[in-house]
Amino acid sequence: MQALKRAIIILLAGATALTAAWAIAQQASTQFIGITGYRVGPYGANGAAFFSGFIDYLNLVNERDGGINGVKLSWEECETEYNNAKGVECYERLKAKVATGPTAVHPMSTGITYALLDKAPVDKIPLITFGYGRTDAVDGRVFPWVFPLVSNYWDAATGIVKFIGEKEGGNDKLKGKKIVLLYHDSAYGKEPHPVLEAEAKNLGFELKMIAVPHPGNEQQSQWLQIRQYQPDWVILWGWGVMNATALKTAQKVGFPREKMVGNWWAGSEIDTEAAEGAANGYYAASLNLAGTDFPVVQDVQKLLVAKGKSQSNPKLVGTVLWNRGLAAAMMTVEAVRTAQGKFGKKPLTGEQVRWGIENLNIDAKRLQQLGFNSMVPTIKTSCTDHSGSGLVRFQQWNGTQWKSVSEWMSGDRAMVHKMVEESAGKYAAEKNITPACLKG
Amino acid sequence: MFYRETGQFKTSYAADQQLFPILQDRIALLVLLLVAFAAVPALASEYWLTALLTPLLVFALATIGLNILTGYAGQLSLGSGAFMAVGAFAAYNLVLRLPALPVLVSFVLAGLVAALVGIAFGLPSLRIKGFYLAVATLAAQFFIPWLLVKVAWFSNYSASGVITTQPVQIMGFVFDSPVRRYLLVLSIVSLLALLAKNMVRSRVGRAWMAVRDMDVAAEVIGIPIMRTKLTAFAVSSFYCGIAGALYAFAYLGSVEPDGFNLDLSFRILFMVIIGGVGSIMGSFLGAAFITLLPIFLDVLLTDLARGFNLNLAPGTTSMTQLLVFGALIIFFLIVEPHGLARLWQIAKEKLRLWPFPY
Repeated sequence: MQALKRAIIILLAGATALTAAWAIAQQASTQFIGITGYRVGPYGANGAAFFSGFIDYLNLVNERDGGINGVKLSWEECETEYNNAKGVECYERLKAKVATGPTAVHPMSTGITYALLDKAPVDKIPLITFGYGRTDAVDGRVFPWVFPLVSNYWDAATGIVKFIGEKEGGNDKLKGKKIVLLYHDSAYGKEPHPVLEAEAKNLGFELKMIAVPHPGNEQQSQWLQIRQYQPDWVILWGWGVMNATALKTAQKVGFPREKMVGNWWAGSEIDTEAAEGAANGYYAASLNLAGTDFPVVQDVQKLLVAKGKSQSNPKLVGTVLWNRGLAAAMMTVEAVRTAQGKFGKKPLTGEQVRWGIENLNIDAKRLQQLGFNSMVPTIKTSCTDHSGSGLVRFQQWNGTQWKSVSEWMSGDRAMVHKMVEESAGKYAAEKNITPACLKG
Repeated sequence: MFYRETGQFKTSYAADQQLFPILQDRIALLVLLLVAFAAVPALASEYWLTALLTPLLVFALATIGLNILTGYAGQLSLGSGAFMAVGAFAAYNLVLRLPALPVLVSFVLAGLVAALVGIAFGLPSLRIKGFYLAVATLAAQFFIPWLLVKVAWFSNYSASGVITTQPVQIMGFVFDSPVRRYLLVLSIVSLLALLAKNMVRSRVGRAWMAVRDMDVAAEVIGIPIMRTKLTAFAVSSFYCGIAGALYAFAYLGSVEPDGFNLDLSFRILFMVIIGGVGSIMGSFLGAAFITLLPIFLDVLLTDLARGFNLNLAPGTTSMTQLLVFGALIIFFLIVEPHGLARLWQIAKEKLRLWPFPY
């Protein structure tokens, strides 16, 4: 018994050491991408969709193009469970894996983004926060290492107001209208408050903000309030189970779903399918379109899914979050490609990739070449604009899938820009940072 | 043979009352401290320091805090996460608003603020006991994070409620590297752990244990129940508060109220139960078990899957890790319901007889 135990322990230890050495040898000549993902825990379903898409794109680049200019990609995923402490542990673990570091990290969690905010500049590892995280990080002079690519919460809030204005027939028609913000009572839910209050003052509509406590599976009293208030529109700023419950309760109290607009974390199939028919007609602002019509998605189906090389659940392919993962991976890959143009075709460090993200230019032609077409807006970043776009697009749930109902549009960018600068300036003062662009 | 107290005669009261009466224990502790203070910073990698050892020490401190309340004074609490939140936010605000104060003083004051809050939420313990008290402390667990989100002043009006801590600077020395932060945490934790070890065998500690074992009997022999229970809440929350401040300042660097949720309180309670109820040493063992084991399992499983070229579906290793971890907890609780500290005690007893057990 004792001898057996000892033998097993020795075997296990040996196997671990060997495989670790082997893994490092494998990764030496590749562009290693560290992935802090989550597939278990309360938000596991959302994470599984996003990170399946993310990994499928990396796989596709290897299979179809033989890597980025011949440099193959390798990756490792570490489970964060959407927990900040675990996220930091994963980040530290992935950081030490290979000499060039984890390329760029997508935390996929606002909390983990904040926890890594001070570490990234020290370790020289860029963070890409696609549609979440710290809004004022758009100002690259204060946050050189953080890239909230495409759009942030304030863009979403002003975009939604603009969309409602268009539906009403012009922004001037918003005067005297009543809009309710139904929000998740957390840091995330409070994010749009200052922008919406400013918009209400500018455009003259009445704003009422109603909180839903976590997790939000009981909303009778909130919807009773809404029914008494009789608003023209309801903006849904929810997450997880709260979204489906809001839609179902709206149906129960008879509030038209065509008058409800969600943000992008309240606009995936996970939310609407759980609402079982109550979601028909509901709008949501989005960062990316859903669907399988895009050439890149068809490539994944043809080259990976059909050949059994994809690890995605086939049902996820083409959903909102899966496509978002695909787009997020594409941005990382394009940033590496851009950086390769300057630093050479070899595995690059985080510092070199950071330059690539800051000088990203994905125009309409490039999107066509990549097979993304209109799935995401064009992106052109610079030191003063780390988002590169600020556009949102609206989709409507037709009972079986999300259909685009607008072009890529922006809200009140001037106002958002002003507020970003103010907020970033306050952060810089608090932290004694002299705002400046990084060179090289 | 080596671990034997025979021949160590106590010739004075001081020698009889010292914290570690056995010579070998004193040597072992000294060696341990030497390793922790000198060898670890020199040898450990950045990953070990930031991701494993620093959180381990912070959680050990919080576990000592809960152990004082639950293990020594017998008051079940589910509010440790909330008291950590109080400590973290109090320290942040003290450093922000009173920059003239040295950081260490701010930490102590933050601990005192947590102690006051602990006393307030400990008041129900005068009337209710056991599981009912646990439910009453749940109120703290839900109320405090809610309040911290609701009142924007606590987070200095940050839009998302997240606070980013200031750099820790003591007499011009900035604790900015992983090694320095580890040393800061290690110094504070060792000091407070020794203090706790001393406290639990003092008059106060004995009063706690008397109340734990039978409060009516304790009252009859003249122990003031109210004061004893409330000091237990105060000291426990003080420890949790300091742990919270270190969690924010030396470990994560930025925290949000939602991070100090019920989940965290449960984790700390599990550390107490696994480590050993009513043992300072057990607090360290429990914290190590709960924080380190899942990570080791995760690394091991990932490497094994890669080594055997298993093409596992993503998430499988994480799920397996949770399963194995859960099974191990049950295994340990069946084999040794009194926790890891009891295992250590058994080992010590065996060592005394080794190699000639009769």
